[in-house]
Amino acid sequence: MNFRRIAAYFPAFAKGYIRNPLGLFMSLIFPVILILIFGAVFSNSGSSQVPLTVENLDHNSPASVAFLSALNSTGVVTVNVVSPDVGNLSTYLAHNDLSAGLVIPAGFNATLSACAAHLPSCGPVQLLVFTNPSSGSEAGIVEGAVQGVANGENLRIAGGTVVVAPVNLNVGNQLYRYIDYLVPGLIGFSVLVAPMFSMVNVSSTWKRDKLFRQLSLTPLTRGEWLTATFLWYVLLAFVSTLLLLGVGTAVFGAHVTLTLLALPFLVVGPILFVSIGLLAGSVSKTPETAGVIGNIITFPMMFLSGTFFPVSLFPSWLVPVAHALPLYYVIDGLNAAMVFGNASAAYLDLAVTTVLAVIFSLAAVRFFSWRED
Amino acid sequence: MQEAGAWPGGTMTNSIEVSKLVKTYGSLRAVDGLDCDVRTGEVFSFLGPNGAGKTTTVEILEGLRRKTSGEVRVLGFDPWTQLDQVRSRIGVTPQDFHFFPKLTPREALRLYANLFGVKPDVDELLARVELQDKANDYYDTLSGGQHQKMGVALALVNDPELLFLDEPTTGLDPRARRAIWEVIRHLKLEGRTVFLTTHYLEEAQQLSDRIAIINRGRIIATGSPVDIIARFGRPERLRVVGDPALADRIATLGLHVERVDGAVEVELRSKADALAILALVASSGLRWDRFSIQTDTLEDVFISMVGRLEDGSTPGAIPEEAGK
Repeated sequence: MNFRRIAAYFPAFAKGYIRNPLGLFMSLIFPVILILIFGAVFSNSGSSQVPLTVENLDHNSPASVAFLSALNSTGVVTVNVVSPDVGNLSTYLAHNDLSAGLVIPAGFNATLSACAAHLPSCGPVQLLVFTNPSSGSEAGIVEGAVQGVANGENLRIAGGTVVVAPVNLNVGNQLYRYIDYLVPGLIGFSVLVAPMFSMVNVSSTWKRDKLFRQLSLTPLTRGEWLTATFLWYVLLAFVSTLLLLGVGTAVFGAHVTLTLLALPFLVVGPILFVSIGLLAGSVSKTPETAGVIGNIITFPMMFLSGTFFPVSLFPSWLVPVAHALPLYYVIDGLNAAMVFGNASAAYLDLAVTTVLAVIFSLAAVRFFSWRED
Repeated sequence: MQEAGAWPGGTMTNSIEVSKLVKTYGSLRAVDGLDCDVRTGEVFSFLGPNGAGKTTTVEILEGLRRKTSGEVRVLGFDPWTQLDQVRSRIGVTPQDFHFFPKLTPREALRLYANLFGVKPDVDELLARVELQDKANDYYDTLSGGQHQKMGVALALVNDPELLFLDEPTTGLDPRARRAIWEVIRHLKLEGRTVFLTTHYLEEAQQLSDRIAIINRGRIIATGSPVDIIARFGRPERLRVVGDPALADRIATLGLHVERVDGAVEVELRSKADALAILALVASSGLRWDRFSIQTDTLEDVFISMVGRLEDGSTPGAIPEEAGK
């Protein structure tokens, strides 16, 4: 391994790549377009927060106001208080085409105070929650939020002191927004797509045009060539990550941090997919076949690895399929490192990715020959 | 054969030595017991029809292909197993040269120079192949002839003592072809050895010290163009255009006479035969219009040895197989 030759070859490969607009588009621009589209479609605040219409029959008592404020700060519902004059809330909701409502009964404050003071008049307070069963996820969100805040109240009253605030009870997956998953997902997407599309092409058309033969006439070795190629795609992965992070946070306010733990994925991931692309291209007889094989490998991974939607939302039968795809571990690891701050999960994913990268890069070195027998 | 270490002590006079070389692809014997030596400092040309095994042989010599059996020494080394020792001392312009589409000739030369760890005069190299005006144009905007010139320039980056030029002028216009010829002549003057494959017989005749004619994976003739014509060509012939009855008169001299395209052709055993024929024709009183001496060209010899191609075209216009 001669670093002078790697340094000599790297800029030539980079120039060839940069001067081909399609490659640059696929690796850097396309993921940004995707984050803008998917971010805009799924992340607007109206759809991620369910509007909850509240009829407060307890005359804005301190307890009821505190409860509603706790509900509002869960971030998953937006509380809109209507006047008790509207009468039957169920009818009101139906007339105004609303799907979720909550009635706080009269005496809410009094009952809570009685319970806090352990008076005999303490008894269950019934909160009426109206949801539309046909919008299942919204119904779940509303019921979950109300239940969560209620639990908080219950604990507070039972314990006598405010130890657990209602909002904390609801810290769970709901607090992560779609855009938070989308940023690591699309970083994974570009880690996959940039090498796969061009390496399949490189390994098949370069073979056809005898460009590897041309390189083999120089002292550059296959290992040096591969190293320079890895370096280029690692660089692309870093650039793409910065772009996606920038757009995700600046445009959509994503809560994603580029932690140290995310960096190894941006190194090992490109190595893995450069190797897979190289193998796919070198087992193919023609560039056309190579393109087809490349797509067969790339497309399922592109959609089933948690790129656009978290795998946790997949139907259970599809989850094992996702777990069989190498990109899943890259994206799961990036999520763990950048969104959840879950180091142990990230280490596990990194281990899987690294093992795969070692296997595939060794296979690529083994099967990918410059000279012909 | 010299020991590997003996080169470049000057004792070795052959840059390339090949004996009993065989290359098979399945049941096909592309190279079938080929023997040849290339002397240091000469321009050596490989001539042969399509599929004769030219490119396969050259690629084995360049270390790009593994031989099936036989012995191959390039500058004293086995080019397949000892390519590292050979590579920096040879230059190669492959047949059907391609390069990275978005690099310029100047960038390509710099890349090669950096990979070889040498510092050639890039402008001089570009000027040598008349590419100075296209130095900064992307490869994919250059013409076929300019591609070939770039291929030749790349082969010169590492200042090689031995060059392999596999059909370097195929597809070039006559002016560009002559420019490459000048480059090759210059290489010889500089003392480099050139191994040339071509299917332009004129090119081989013009440039080569020695020629090998290869057919069906074997060499069927080796020598200087003049040698080969003398050895394998027909004798000189006197051609007389005139009265057909001249043929019978000349035959009385005991010479072999043929009618060719309405003229009379007589094989000459010696120069004196020519004078005797002229005297006979002058005194015969028969009409004669023109005399000429016919000599076989390399092309005549090539066709008589290798046979006319199936499509009837001359070897000068052989369309080479695509990237064998």
